[in-house]
Amino acid sequence: MDLNDDPEQGAFRQRVRGWLAEHAAEAPVVMGEGAIADEHERIDAWRAWQRKLADAGLCGVTWPEEFGGQGKGPIEQVIVNQELERAGVPGPLDFIGLGMMGPAIIVHGTQEQKTRHLGPMLHGDEVFCQLFSEPAAGSDLAGVTTRAVQADDGSFRITGQKVWTTNAQFSAYGVLLARTDADVPKHKGLTMFLVPMDAPGITIRGLRQISGEAEFNEVFLDDVAVPADAVLGDVGGGWTTALTVLMFERLSLGTTSVGYSAERFAQAIAAAPGAREDADVRQRLGALGTELIAGRFAGHRLLSDLAGGRLPGPEFGLGKVTVVRSAIDAGDLIADVLGPDALDADSEWAYMISFLPGLKSAGGTEEILRNTIGERVLGLPPEPRRDKGVPFSELQARQTEGTVA
Amino acid sequence: MDLSLTDEQVFLRDAARGALSRVDTVAAAREALEDDAARPDLWPTTVEAGWTGLLTSEANGGAELGLYDALLVAQEAGRALAPVPLVSTLAAATILDAGNDAAAEPAAAGELRVAWLPAAPPTDVEPRWTVDPRGGLLRGDLPTATVDGDEATLTGEVSWVPDAAQADALVAVGRTEDGRIVAVLLDVEAAGVSTEGLWRYDPTRPLGHVRLDGARGRTIAADEDAVARAWHVAQAVLAAEAVGTVDAILPIAVAYAKERHTFGRPIGSYQAVKHGLVEILRQLENARSLLMYVAWAAENDHAQLPLAAAAARSGAEHALDVATRQNISVHGGTGATWEHDAPLYFRRAQLSRRLLGGAAGATDRVAGELMAGVTPA
Repeated sequence: MDLNDDPEQGAFRQRVRGWLAEHAAEAPVVMGEGAIADEHERIDAWRAWQRKLADAGLCGVTWPEEFGGQGKGPIEQVIVNQELERAGVPGPLDFIGLGMMGPAIIVHGTQEQKTRHLGPMLHGDEVFCQLFSEPAAGSDLAGVTTRAVQADDGSFRITGQKVWTTNAQFSAYGVLLARTDADVPKHKGLTMFLVPMDAPGITIRGLRQISGEAEFNEVFLDDVAVPADAVLGDVGGGWTTALTVLMFERLSLGTTSVGYSAERFAQAIAAAPGAREDADVRQRLGALGTELIAGRFAGHRLLSDLAGGRLPGPEFGLGKVTVVRSAIDAGDLIADVLGPDALDADSEWAYMISFLPGLKSAGGTEEILRNTIGERVLGLPPEPRRDKGVPFSELQARQTEGTVA
Repeated sequence: MDLSLTDEQVFLRDAARGALSRVDTVAAAREALEDDAARPDLWPTTVEAGWTGLLTSEANGGAELGLYDALLVAQEAGRALAPVPLVSTLAAATILDAGNDAAAEPAAAGELRVAWLPAAPPTDVEPRWTVDPRGGLLRGDLPTATVDGDEATLTGEVSWVPDAAQADALVAVGRTEDGRIVAVLLDVEAAGVSTEGLWRYDPTRPLGHVRLDGARGRTIAADEDAVARAWHVAQAVLAAEAVGTVDAILPIAVAYAKERHTFGRPIGSYQAVKHGLVEILRQLENARSLLMYVAWAAENDHAQLPLAAAAARSGAEHALDVATRQNISVHGGTGATWEHDAPLYFRRAQLSRRLLGGAAGATDRVAGELMAGVTPA
């Protein structure tokens, strides 16, 4: 029962901590109180900070050394994350590129793609975004309808709409999943592309959420031309590439702290008059606190597995369900205890309360996650499906007619 | 960072599972509902396996294992619904061992069968030490204690004491007039000690009401911290038993959901059923994580043990409640019949959740510890 570093990890942690002690003052404030207000200034400052982190070997921790990485394991990535949090400084600007897109390019990219993209990505010179979800394809991601049509010269023309795209407004490239063949079953007709975000025909629009802030974007593609060598992986092999990205997404989420802590909620509640003595408040806080603590130890268990060379399975997603649900309960309890002031725009809780209902569906809805875990972990029989083996064009025709087969 | 079981722990767990598989304890539980004589006596198994001395230090004749090791055994007992007196003996041993009492060694060896009269330490809003009341929501005062040299006289009542009627001796906790907490070893035959043995709803948990009326015994040199630790150990043991029971239930419910068909498909393919089963898995994994927190706190930071043990109890008993109900539902009407095992697990959940301060009491303590500023690891 050991939560401590082994000697090698301990030495790595000391090195990271030492560098951060020396350079933390150079980090920009990018969130919360005192954050740089102007977005362009903020992004530029954050980009410069990523460059410093990269030069110090704190970006691409798990990337192979030949691509500028450190060649280390996920535990070392966690150590870096923990030390960044401890120092109170932001991590790299492009966590999507470094955590998901870079690793996918390393697995599926050509030598030219690796040489062209990985260096600029590592140093924050070119930020990457993920162009997967669509208005009508989220949990059922293989149902994307964005079309990529190949011309005689081998180039592609892409038309469609993507949504929930974090960082699109300052990204240099997007990793885009599109349909190249609608006459085969839906998982088979997909292809992954590396698309320059300044290409003619791309329009990016901020997507405002409950809180009023636009943390995501919608991306519209109107006959966007990309060359043949923009394909990542194989033409028709887009689903395989997507699964690689999603695996890295799970790993990336698993090694990042979510920051909802039982004691922080408890302190806010304890400070409200009459709350500490209220039996109902205590039961609710005790129940959600228990879940958050369990979520924290589930994280420790994941690290123990990683240290033992095991990768997280789909059941790890249950940790997200637990943390999001108990944070939702906490927001609800805090609003009950503090009253309407908790919902004031200046309150530290209003943003959390607004953000969590959407977070519940981030990375796949809770319902789909429960299906996946029920089938892959408990071995329960799958829901009967109407899309297996059916060409995508026929599925679409059925949907248009409003018929069920 | 390593939370995996050691080879010794795997051996301990497998040995416990083996020892408890010699009797069909679940079938015996059903029979015992109607026939007292059908109740298996697992005391000889308990002594033979050395579980009475798991936590006792080597100097006092025990195995001096960690709390997590004891929790592995408790999970096996819970898995089998086996009436193994772990809560009572391990809590009593915690106090006897801390006091280096002369009875620690015979208790560890199983030569002296000791039960513990549960005493809950104060919380952030309840300044008293308390005991479970017979009924109602007002917690009882500890028995009063008058100390005279190395002896003490106790007067008071403690209800719903695990394994009280089967014990040779009792570790009781009293409060002196000047507010000190004292632990006292009482012979069950001593004048002024009366124990009413009883069973309620779950045929695998013997209980007793204990009345002390000027009962005289020997004081144990355990301090208040050690007496509080016994409470937290007991909470953790109940939590571990609940985890074991849920771990037994989930595969039963999953297997039935795969084999039972309605409307031309297995019921496990319906989301309503599937999601309910995944909810059991989620709560089970959470409770397992909380047992690891208990183990970590016991080894590394005693200040976190009250929070860890209370969280484990709260989470595990909630998981047990959800799992036993879901198991009945998945089995449909059959799951609610006398012949089925599902009601036996349900009975276990219903009673356990009300013992030793109750699951709600544990949840309350989690809130109190968090509001008092304890930061979990």
